[in-house]
Amino acid sequence: MKITRREADHAARLARLALTEEEAEKTTEQLDKILEYVAKLSELDTKDVEPTSHVIPVSNVMRDDVARPSLPRVEALANAPDSDGEFFRVPKIIE
Amino acid sequence: MSLTEKTAHELSDLLRKKEVKAAEVLDGAFARIRAVDPSIRAFLTLMEETARKQAAAADERIARGQAGPLTGIPVALKDNLCTRGTRTTCASKILGNFVPPYDATVVSALDKAGAVFVGKTNLDEFAMGSSTENSAFQVTRNPWDKERIPGGSSGGSAAAVAADMCAAALGSDTGGSIRQPAACCGIVGLKPTYGRVSRYGLVAFASSLDQIGPLAKDVRDAALILDAIAGKDPADSTSADVPVPSHAAALTGDVRGLRIGIPKEYFLEGMDAEVEKAVRDAVEVLRRLGADVREVSLPHTPYAVAVYYILATSEASSNLARFDGVKYAYRAGRPSDLLDMYMKSRAEGFGAEVKRRIMLGTYALSAGYYDAYYRKGQQVRTLIKQDFDRAFETVDVIVTPTAPTPAFKIGEKTADPLQMYLSDIFTISVNLAGVPGLSLPCGFSSGSLPIGLQFLAKAFDEPTLLRAAHAYEQASEWHKRKPPAAGEGAKA
Repeated sequence: MKITRREADHAARLARLALTEEEAEKTTEQLDKILEYVAKLSELDTKDVEPTSHVIPVSNVMRDDVARPSLPRVEALANAPDSDGEFFRVPKIIE
Repeated sequence: MSLTEKTAHELSDLLRKKEVKAAEVLDGAFARIRAVDPSIRAFLTLMEETARKQAAAADERIARGQAGPLTGIPVALKDNLCTRGTRTTCASKILGNFVPPYDATVVSALDKAGAVFVGKTNLDEFAMGSSTENSAFQVTRNPWDKERIPGGSSGGSAAAVAADMCAAALGSDTGGSIRQPAACCGIVGLKPTYGRVSRYGLVAFASSLDQIGPLAKDVRDAALILDAIAGKDPADSTSADVPVPSHAAALTGDVRGLRIGIPKEYFLEGMDAEVEKAVRDAVEVLRRLGADVREVSLPHTPYAVAVYYILATSEASSNLARFDGVKYAYRAGRPSDLLDMYMKSRAEGFGAEVKRRIMLGTYALSAGYYDAYYRKGQQVRTLIKQDFDRAFETVDVIVTPTAPTPAFKIGEKTADPLQMYLSDIFTISVNLAGVPGLSLPCGFSSGSLPIGLQFLAKAFDEPTLLRAAHAYEQASEWHKRKPPAAGEGAKA
């Protein structure tokens, strides 16, 4: 076994996914199979190999600190599932 | 030949000679969509109102003598490209009602070039898949055989072009999502070099791999679209500040002396015999045209799928964290608290494959496993990139099959995610290495399904890539074949 049901449940919590019992079982089984396949990477000795996160060099981009128009509030709120016209509204956080 | 069958450059010639109006070209496209899309199901949203305005503007521009090569050309957009005022769903329930407040840079660029947007096309949810079956809304059918998949994830764009519902389309390619559907549908698909085209406004899947590119009826059209969308964009810090040459001007038809490499790792024991024959025949054509064909080796090819499914899912798990049901996107009803809202909104909003990939990526990045999976994956990515660097020291272009088989049947691989992933075995390394790749038709199976030929070149060497592909295309007739199924229900 590459991944246990417990580890899958932990990943689901980290990923903020409420999986049903059936989904969790099936996902664990499928991830196990995929990780079994991925394990072939351990055949390769990569001790002195630098990791690649990006194929082209990427550096910080600076621009002049000048004010410019941003998204108007009405447009920013237009896709909100719930808003009061000024803010995004979410369930109460503080008791 | 009807207007809808024409390539973009053929239409452009007619438009500029004033033999036809952009409004008529558009009428033809919508008539075609109404006739064939009920059975193909390539489109999620039609943009008829926008298109009418763009076509009218194109006709005025042509009358003023200011038309460019894409002015008045009907184009479709994959539905993970943001379109201001037009729903952009990523074929996901979670973005089912999302209307972007801005255009993707590529969308603005095509609009500026005078293109006419007919609509938004179907895809695998968040571009995760190889068959377009992972769409939350509909299954798109292959115009060559409606029992088969159009490829994915840009399956809607590929089917729309193949069935003549538009002259060309944009797609996105993270592990083959432009090239593999192009191969399945018998058209041309180009994934540019990473950084060649701005990703601003492309809903992110795996940011170090995603790239936008054209799906087109021939190589010249792909070059013309690349000319319109390539270049540095201040809104995307990963777009490269590399001068953009004219890609259309690179199509000289001459490949004499061009060094073409055939990687032995792409011709496996037990591979589909018809695919192998079609590709080997195409290599012979290139040799007859004067290319210098030799064998090369890309030894880490067998590890590419494994690397991809660690790195792409890790990046996806991070990118898709933004779908929390707060600022936009789906929110589940009656949550007990904020955490419950996140958990339920995501559980109800995402489909099975997206959840599976978020889970895999989250696991690969989680404490205790990061080194074994994510770091290891990045290190093997380096080895894969070095394979290409080495190969391109001795050759200018690499030629391979695009996919191991022609289009498979709908439902054939849905039960086994790993089998589905392996259908990208010939396209994935290219994204990991960041180099450009193009697929075009090089034959047909005994079942009359298109077979794709893949050309690869050095980073930012799209001119040579397109020149080689165009020379082959000029020497073949495959791209002129039309799918039989596309004609059903349509007027002659």
